Amino acid sequence: MDITITKVKNWILQLNEKIQDEKMYLTELDQAIGDGDHGLNMARGFEEAVNRIDQGDFHDLGQLFKTVAMALLSKVGGASGPLYGTVFMKMSSTLNGKSEVSIKEFSQALKDGLDGLKMRGKAEVGEKTMVDVWEPVVRYLLDSEKIDTKEIKSLAKMRMESTKDLEAKKGRASYLGKRSIGHIDPGSRSSYLFFATLADAIDQGESAE
Amino acid sequence: MKKLINDPNQVVKEMIEGMILAHPEKLRNIEGTSVIVRKDAPVNGKVGIVSGGGSGHEPSHAGYVGKGMLDAAVCGEVFTSPTPDQVYEAIKAVDSGKGVLLVIKNYTGDVMNFEMAAEMAEAEGIKVAKVVVNDDVAVENSTYTTGRRGIAGTVFVHKIAGAKAAQGASLEEVEAVANKTIQNVRSMGMALTPCTVPAAGKPGFELGENEMEIGMGIHGEPGIEKTELKPADEVAEILTTKILEDLQLQKGDKVAVMVNGLGATPVMELYIINRKVSQMLSERGIQVHETFVGNYMTSLEMAGCSVTLLKLDDELTELLDSESDTLAFKK
Repeated sequence: MDITITKVKNWILQLNEKIQDEKMYLTELDQAIGDGDHGLNMARGFEEAVNRIDQGDFHDLGQLFKTVAMALLSKVGGASGPLYGTVFMKMSSTLNGKSEVSIKEFSQALKDGLDGLKMRGKAEVGEKTMVDVWEPVVRYLLDSEKIDTKEIKSLAKMRMESTKDLEAKKGRASYLGKRSIGHIDPGSRSSYLFFATLADAIDQGESAE
Repeated sequence: MKKLINDPNQVVKEMIEGMILAHPEKLRNIEGTSVIVRKDAPVNGKVGIVSGGGSGHEPSHAGYVGKGMLDAAVCGEVFTSPTPDQVYEAIKAVDSGKGVLLVIKNYTGDVMNFEMAAEMAEAEGIKVAKVVVNDDVAVENSTYTTGRRGIAGTVFVHKIAGAKAAQGASLEEVEAVANKTIQNVRSMGMALTPCTVPAAGKPGFELGENEMEIGMGIHGEPGIEKTELKPADEVAEILTTKILEDLQLQKGDKVAVMVNGLGATPVMELYIINRKVSQMLSERGIQVHETFVGNYMTSLEMAGCSVTLLKLDDELTELLDSESDTLAFKK
């Protein structure tokens, strides 16, 4: 189960497709407890990421992740830009110089991404943010002897759905206090898409899209 | 949605172009960015002041670029914090060697993006200081939220920091007076109708015919409390009382007042609000040094207003009174 340049490219392409499909849904989630721009921002950023990786010829996973990071950082904006930008930047550092890695090594890169996410956003589990999906999924990846991609997807989905009953302690949703309860956090939805498409890309063969 | 736009995804770009065409003697746009800069930047011997945020709050912030106030304003996508690379370009464009102050409104996105830009600029050897404006009293300042929001009080920070910088003060001095302003300014807003982000195509939330939202932010996010429609005097009372309590103003204190329109509210109504605010201050023996009524920090076509009180001492008064020449704030 190796993570190759081709698999990562396919993953990003599929993640972008999902984000474009869910642009309005992510926007609606963000209108309920934020300012309604999550879908628009992510769609803009990931479209740029795909443009840049389509144009490039990559032999280094670090370079590939860095390209995605810079695209997101310069096009997403809001809080999601620095958060997802930092995630991809951290992963880029960990994967620097490698053209393919084992899933265990990749999980470590995701852990570094999570650490970056928490450093930048200063959130912990239970505050109704991306971290509510990221931390348990990364924990699963690091702790499991054998990784089951179906488990990645169902865990991410479950954790995303569980943000519904949390009261927001971070970001714009935190101004709503208890009114934020009953709504799924938009960042947790995009994080679910991140891990779900990653799981799919891991399962797929080496054929380029 | 009924708007006077072309492609909803081009609103910021086209706005910037239109603005520069209207005021070419005062402003220029850094090529390839959404940064509006003073025509004569960098100004030698002066600390540079950069602010910005999501677009949709015009005249904030490009309307405050010019002599005596901001050197550059960064225009993010509508209601979206600008990205670090944009803020970084602004910082570089206004630094004359004396350093740059970033005036950041307290929103998670703004704080992170401006912080990352400051890191980038500092890596290039530019001295950068940051102040975060959190004048909104609607949300309790607690460990369980992301802190109080920055709203119309930010305009006073631009003015006072800008005036201090124009005097030739050091970066530390400009930062200190900006922080003093932040500590002495409080605001609170409310909305009668929501607004629509052009690219989203529909309003951020709904308000019934007989409803209003108290404690609104300026990004179309829902506020603190929804109530039934009240007359202007009651609204003014709710907003002003909360501000007075928080600022702990005493008899004999001196203030500047801002009654700010959120975009769709007629100026007539803003003056009606000011009438009550002014009466309340007079009843409490609080002296009004100057009043500003108009659209200073809007939220697209939201109907509603915010009230801001800035507690003044001699230094803040002198700086508030000093000369400035910008689109939306002239002295």
